[in-house]
Amino acid sequence: MTQKYLKLDASDVLGTAEKLHEEGYRMVQICGVTKNGYSELLYSFDKDHDLVNYKVDVPFGTSVMSITPVYWAAFVYENEIHDLFGIDFMDSKLDYKGNFFRMSAVTPWKGKDHEEGA
Amino acid sequence: MGKRTIVPFGPQHPALPEPIHLDLELEDEKVIRAIPSIGYVHRGLEKLVEKRDYEQMTYVMERVCGICSFGHSYGYTSAVEGLMGVDVPERANYLRIMFHELSRVHSHLLWLGLLADGLGFDSLFMHCWRIREKVLDVFEAITGARVIMSFCKVGGVRKDVSPDMLRMVRNVCDDVEEEVRKTSGVFMKDSSIRNRLCGTGILTREDVLDLNAVGPVARGSGVENDARTAEPMYRNLGFEAVLRDEGDCWARCIVRVDEIFQSLDLIRTAIDTIPSGEFCAVVKGPVPEGDYTFRVEQPRGEGFYYVQGNGTKNLSRARVRTPTNINIPAMVKALQGCDLQDVSMLVITIDPCISCTER
Repeated sequence: MTQKYLKLDASDVLGTAEKLHEEGYRMVQICGVTKNGYSELLYSFDKDHDLVNYKVDVPFGTSVMSITPVYWAAFVYENEIHDLFGIDFMDSKLDYKGNFFRMSAVTPWKGKDHEEGA
Repeated sequence: MGKRTIVPFGPQHPALPEPIHLDLELEDEKVIRAIPSIGYVHRGLEKLVEKRDYEQMTYVMERVCGICSFGHSYGYTSAVEGLMGVDVPERANYLRIMFHELSRVHSHLLWLGLLADGLGFDSLFMHCWRIREKVLDVFEAITGARVIMSFCKVGGVRKDVSPDMLRMVRNVCDDVEEEVRKTSGVFMKDSSIRNRLCGTGILTREDVLDLNAVGPVARGSGVENDARTAEPMYRNLGFEAVLRDEGDCWARCIVRVDEIFQSLDLIRTAIDTIPSGEFCAVVKGPVPEGDYTFRVEQPRGEGFYYVQGNGTKNLSRARVRTPTNINIPAMVKALQGCDLQDVSMLVITIDPCISCTER
């Protein structure tokens, strides 16, 4: 299975999603990864079994544009990532405002930033 | 415009064995909008990757769901093998396909039973589950377990299957096919079933493409979305995706029925052509730094597996995107405009697995 990983700036997420949507790609998933001092998002898109993955670094306290205006189904992943990793998605078409998962801890998968001595 | 009412559906509902909640906004008897709520039993299993090494995580992954248990271990181990550059023996690949397709047969039979139960057709429900037992008996005979089998491991499979056992599996396939042929005729011809399912919960081809739906939900609307078409092993076995064009509840039902027959054919072909040799490669050392994704066609649709290695025995991340994750938006779309009385039937034909979703 061919593996394609491309780096993407957080400010280019929505523009890239629009371009891929026009080219006929379907959104496969969005995944969060805990890193030291930031979170990494992995956006996956597919066209005719050709999977392309975009890695986006998101520093703590910053937001990312939601891709729900282009891929509405992304609300499932964006709300999940918001609740687990504490990343805000701007202009979401379906924002659960932190109530997607019912958990005892707030953003339990968010890593520690450098000041906290990670 | 009629009076608008919000009717809560779930999280406890006779049509739903697992907790999902829908706020149904109704205008008279028509559903105008449905807002889904999940997250009642989120387990955070992926987080265990910090405490369990890559071998131990196989046991965690197969516990994501009881029905798709084998598929989850298959997808996860394949992703780890890809990252580690492990060459899986050919015989192990054939055995994995055999188990994976048996899992599809029992999952679809379980679903047909749930559909019959939802229709109030209890004798049909019991027949479907009775046939399914034969598949679970095969699992028990080979692995000693009926649900969580721990058959897959990084490098191949845990044990070989003897020629006698393979013959037994082939005979069970013949037996199951004969039984399903008789039982599925009821789903195809019974007028009360057709009245409930035909023309209900229509998802057009455009809806499916727009909402990125997968599995029988997509194939019931004519979209050829099946991860098996990209796998060389399946191509060698003569696999072709089952498609229907109607896009309604009945089409999704018939896709699953046809896939049972197709899976039984694939199992028999795999048994007839299985090569001899090793069934597991030796895998040692830590997982190298890097990323790997792998996709598996689960009974409910495409499962996506992502692993990230960091040079130790523990992965940085193990991710499962289950088919239900991506089919929830399609379910919400199909509910718009349907009658309140059809909601439970429509939800069943999407076949949501909340256990998978709440991994």
